Amino acid sequence: MKTQKLSELAKTIRSKNAGVDLITFDIIFTERATYERVKRAGVLTREAVCKLYRIAPERISDFVLFDPGNAIKFTIYRLRPSGSPGDPDIFGAQQYAPLLDIEVPVG
Amino acid sequence: MRSLRIICPNGHLGFAPIRVESFRLGIAARPDCIAADSGSDDVGPVPLGTDTSTSPLGWQTHDLEHMLLASRELGVPMIIGSSGDTGANSRVDLYVRIIKELAAKHGLSRFELGYFYSEVGKEDLRRRMRGGEIVAGLEGHKDLTEAELDATERIVAMAGVHPFIELLEQGADVIIGGRSSDSCVFAAPAIHHGFPEDHAYYLGKVLECASFCAEPYGGKETVLGEITQDAVLVTAMHPDQRCTVASVAGHAMYERSNPYFEHVAGGTLDMSECRYEQVAARTTRITGARFRPAAEFCVKLEGAGKIGERYIGMVGIRDPYTIAHVDEVIGWARDKVRERFGETGYELYYTVYGRDGIMGELEPLRDRPAHELCILVQGVAPTAAMAEELCMIGTRQMFYARLPDVKGSAGSVAFALDEVLRASPAYRWTVNHTLRCDDPLELFPTHMTSAGVERQ
Repeated sequence: MKTQKLSELAKTIRSKNAGVDLITFDIIFTERATYERVKRAGVLTREAVCKLYRIAPERISDFVLFDPGNAIKFTIYRLRPSGSPGDPDIFGAQQYAPLLDIEVPVG
Repeated sequence: MRSLRIICPNGHLGFAPIRVESFRLGIAARPDCIAADSGSDDVGPVPLGTDTSTSPLGWQTHDLEHMLLASRELGVPMIIGSSGDTGANSRVDLYVRIIKELAAKHGLSRFELGYFYSEVGKEDLRRRMRGGEIVAGLEGHKDLTEAELDATERIVAMAGVHPFIELLEQGADVIIGGRSSDSCVFAAPAIHHGFPEDHAYYLGKVLECASFCAEPYGGKETVLGEITQDAVLVTAMHPDQRCTVASVAGHAMYERSNPYFEHVAGGTLDMSECRYEQVAARTTRITGARFRPAAEFCVKLEGAGKIGERYIGMVGIRDPYTIAHVDEVIGWARDKVRERFGETGYELYYTVYGRDGIMGELEPLRDRPAHELCILVQGVAPTAAMAEELCMIGTRQMFYARLPDVKGSAGSVAFALDEVLRASPAYRWTVNHTLRCDDPLELFPTHMTSAGVERQ
């Protein structure tokens, strides 16, 4: 099956703290149709996120299909609050990279 | 008043300077209020714990100076929330002092300067807890215990609109706030002027990060929000930026776990029925937001507790065999620390850049390290002397790690600096909780003073 990478389809793929205990991920599309296609493809779901990041389902606090923003959004718990010693990403800003290469079926 | 217009030049005043060009365009639009929040918990627990700012004084002064001069020239209020990154009392005092100094420097006519504090005393909180009050944990934090309270250095409460409105009613021309919900810095003047809470809180939500609600991406540019009885309109001031349906709707999800709800002291903004409409090239109109007052008045608390003094060290590795066995190299150094200091009473962290330094256990590629690694070592201990020695052993002993088949027998790691460096003390967020209050102002005492010079 022919596929495209999520990074070719989404306008924005980002991660950021949502308070001190959570990191939230936003995947935002310019075109409504592209957003709907990725939604339908079922490649970006709670289960897919758990597998990609190798986390248990309980680590996900929210998973939202945000139609007004053409966006898929999920949020995970940190193991320790942001800025604790040893935390290498206190803004949570560089946790999205594995999402870039998600393969989305074409058509 | 049919509408109220507010400009926001910066989503975290002081953290990076405002962009002056779009700010001037915002001023030329003759807004009714100039407002910005100056805080964030993104900066970690160290500034709150050590009672410092992470933003340089020069940048804080730069932004406050631009805002103050514009506010006085237009004769409209200037409102600042979460002074100095943390909103602690010392940061409020700092900003009040900066405003007074700027007023003197520019010979500004006398104006009323209102301010409020938002620190919560540990003993005050202990009394409430012993009186049966539950300090409820947010986002996975357990309810607060006295042991965690003891471990806490400083606590701030997150103000809603209430102290801002109180100071506006007292006639403040400039308001310097303690820790505040960023949206409330903007919602307060709108509510003060009689606009519906539904739209007022949405106005705050969309303005709080300045140009983050516009596209193309570009921070620290000014945006203008307008509230009427029926709607909110938001316009980008930078000539190359636009507030579009997509950028405005998209902003609702920024740095929040759920894009439909925004919790503030006293209630929740519900954006699930929001409607967005492009009404001009750079302007979007929003209707349908709802503010739902809470049954009980609860305030969010933030607190930081000290873990210890901290030193850092850094090494590099290039030998592929050593890279493949980097955990054994770290294990060797940890053993040497254990021989000197035992099992407990300190913390030692290794961050392995080139393998999983940034994502840790979330890194899908951690079994495919790069051809060279950098390892950051952090040693945390009760005293600076112990932290230094701990970090030195934990760093230097990597050089002596004994791997059975290594070819290079003259040293297992590369040093760019053969030393360890003192870093900020290590703190952790001990408090991320909510507290019920009877009076919305009880944690936020307000004060009035004046600045500038009396004119004859």
